[in-house]
Amino acid sequence: MSAVTKHVLKNGMVVLLKEVHNAPLISWWVMYRIGSRNEPTGMTGASHWVEHMLFKGTEKFPPGYLDHEIDRRGGSWNAQTSFDYTAYYETLPAEHIDLALEIEADRMVNAQFDLEEFESERTVIISERQGSENSPLFWLGEEVQAAAFRVHGYHHEIIGDVADLETMTRDQLYNHYRQHYLPNNAIAVAVGDFDSADMLAKIEAHYGAIHGGEFALFARQEPPQNGERRVTVARPGSARFLHYAFRVPAAHEEDFFALEIVNSILCGPSGMGGGGTDNKTSRLYKTLVETELTASIYGDTTPTIDPFLYTITATLREESTLEAVESALGREIERMRAGDITEAEVTRAKKQARALFAYSTERVTSQAFWLAWAELFADYGWFESYLDRLNNVQLEDVKRVAATYLRPENRTVGIFLPTQPGDDEIEDDEASA
Amino acid sequence: MTSLPNAANITREVLDNGIIVLVYENFATQSVVLSGSLGAGSLYEQSDKSGLAAMTANALMRGTQSRDFNAIATMLEDIGADLDVSAGVHRAGFGGKALAEDLPVLIDLLADVLRQPAFPTAPVERMRGEMLTGLQIRSQDTRYRARRAFHQQLYPETHPYHYSVSGSLETVPTITIDELQAFHGAHYGPEMMVIAIVGAVKASDAIAQARAAFEDWHNLHQPPTRTLPQVEQPAEIRRAFVPLAGKTQSDIVIGSLGPSRFEPDYMAAMLVNCVLGQFGMSGRIGETVREDLGLAYYAYSSLDGGMGPTPWRAIAGVNPANIQLATERIIDEIRRITNEPVSDEDLANVQSFFVGKLPLQLESNEGIAGTMLNMEIYGLGLDYLLTYRERIHALSKEDLLGAARHYLNPDAYVLSISGPETD
Repeated sequence: MSAVTKHVLKNGMVVLLKEVHNAPLISWWVMYRIGSRNEPTGMTGASHWVEHMLFKGTEKFPPGYLDHEIDRRGGSWNAQTSFDYTAYYETLPAEHIDLALEIEADRMVNAQFDLEEFESERTVIISERQGSENSPLFWLGEEVQAAAFRVHGYHHEIIGDVADLETMTRDQLYNHYRQHYLPNNAIAVAVGDFDSADMLAKIEAHYGAIHGGEFALFARQEPPQNGERRVTVARPGSARFLHYAFRVPAAHEEDFFALEIVNSILCGPSGMGGGGTDNKTSRLYKTLVETELTASIYGDTTPTIDPFLYTITATLREESTLEAVESALGREIERMRAGDITEAEVTRAKKQARALFAYSTERVTSQAFWLAWAELFADYGWFESYLDRLNNVQLEDVKRVAATYLRPENRTVGIFLPTQPGDDEIEDDEASA
Repeated sequence: MTSLPNAANITREVLDNGIIVLVYENFATQSVVLSGSLGAGSLYEQSDKSGLAAMTANALMRGTQSRDFNAIATMLEDIGADLDVSAGVHRAGFGGKALAEDLPVLIDLLADVLRQPAFPTAPVERMRGEMLTGLQIRSQDTRYRARRAFHQQLYPETHPYHYSVSGSLETVPTITIDELQAFHGAHYGPEMMVIAIVGAVKASDAIAQARAAFEDWHNLHQPPTRTLPQVEQPAEIRRAFVPLAGKTQSDIVIGSLGPSRFEPDYMAAMLVNCVLGQFGMSGRIGETVREDLGLAYYAYSSLDGGMGPTPWRAIAGVNPANIQLATERIIDEIRRITNEPVSDEDLANVQSFFVGKLPLQLESNEGIAGTMLNMEIYGLGLDYLLTYRERIHALSKEDLLGAARHYLNPDAYVLSISGPETD
């Protein structure tokens, strides 16, 4: 695999190129530096709503047309909105990549935001939110984030608050689009079977003439947390959940890597989107699941631009008490904080990370996504040097990071208490022969 | 991976005991995938013990003669690997992934769990509890219930497809550990076993490892492959309704028997199904029911293919008030696709789709392994992909119409619905 090259077009668009010639495919991503983090009160959910509107067609590509065109070429396309970004991609057989370049250049400027489509999408997004509301963990996550972040934009859900979804106007949303969908606010990445010089020339041809502009990203820093915060959600549901969220550093900070190892030891390694390993040998699985206090345990570190949360989520078993679960969880966390961590555990966590990282780089689509994302929250080298930086973490760093960030006064605790039976999400397992 | 997997770049070895090992070297990745299957599906269980094959497969990873539950988990998690065994109708399958350097660990563990499981009481009982919880949750799920009722209407009680591989709340509690052991003893063995290995490993090394782990495995008790009983297409409209109180959405399943993977018109059926309910925004059904009328959250059709006549069905999730209209529109589309040939454009679109998606399908080690296993299990030949394009493009509008008429009938089908009671 070749190295990544970085280019900045005259209009300010950052372009990262990486040639991978294993399969005749190219993945093309355009990621904008606009996400729920940048939404002021009244506009929550705007970034995600804009993402929906960009599938509603332009003058050149009417609605539905591109679904056919992508399918005809055997490709895939999609988009996603997160705290820090909104991103669009197409992965296509290499000979068809011009279509992807054309689609993203077109909708960077020409999305229509037809009033009727805008209104019908309002209903769709409110239903999407209601769909998420079927899950107790959505409610719990929303309350915990709101409690953990009083000032910063991370305090609201990506999908937005119903109050804003009901009142936002077409013009407000269109302005959100026009103000932020600028080449100088975008990171574009191609990974796959191409020649870099040719690809750069094509990109310049499609995007070079789009004008950049001035823009301001709304962002407010969160003041320090002074003491534990606790929230309770009581709603229909089928199980109790306990959610711990510790305020932790941004992804570009060195401590983030030691935190990955802390999570690996406590809850098992987080996958990077390429499949992974189970967590049955993690400390919390042994303490909580094997003892039948909880049905599951899960830990998550999310790379972000600003300091965010390290979360641990437990699903309680019917017969166990919240006090017993919190007490067992608290003991294990205190053990970590007291420095009861071995060199062997750290070495093991590094090996797990190497495997999960390898899985996540096998497809051009996930490589392109990670390069764009890393460039957004740090720089693309973050992804390239991920394993080296993780390998540089020493046992002492892991102990220090555990002691620093897993303090009780640095956490927000969320508890979900079911008021009456509800549904759980289930896997569809009807067997095919 | 610059060329399609074919007989020239796949290494195929038949071990002395009959196990077929397929290896494809892919040094573009750092990992390796190990997957495959053997003849231990639910086909071989009695209906009053529905779930036996699934429970046996799940229990293999819970402990062996030499390793307990924790030792197995430690072995995998130490190296960031995973391995699972699960049952389908015809076969039990296994799949795992690791860094290429750790293939010996995966093969060693796979051989141990397939050959020497211990069925330890406490872990197996914990697993039974998890299975029952899963079944309880599913019993409240409209999509699952509609699909289950559809199968029960389409296949008679004498047919294995009538039953769920996962078993039921009635049967799973009655299955004993002795029965798991007996099922394992009778059905796990080298007969019909296929192993695929894809990744950054040398074929000769992978074959040698598989040989060392499996070639001395014999099981004289394995029965011959069970043949499926005959099943007829519905001659009338058969309806099923499963009421579930408190739901806001109803699920609809409409369909009939589709072709097995072995039928000569299987490929034509795949293409016409793509026109009906897959291409673009879920084909004609998606366009009508979801896009034009806004009736459904999802609406599409699917054709499984497989060892026997699996269903060809349309599936939609709709507001209960829209059941009748959505059903009528789906039937209209079935009528249209069985009455008139698809357009030239439709045919060109789906031909292009099936050929075009090969690179994405074969990008990953998992994708290549799955494709190789299909080529072996369905007897397609290892050069199948080399002529794939030609065979897709040889199909005509008449072939597609013939396949649609062979399997679909707008006046005779199974219609299954699950959701709240409506007036």
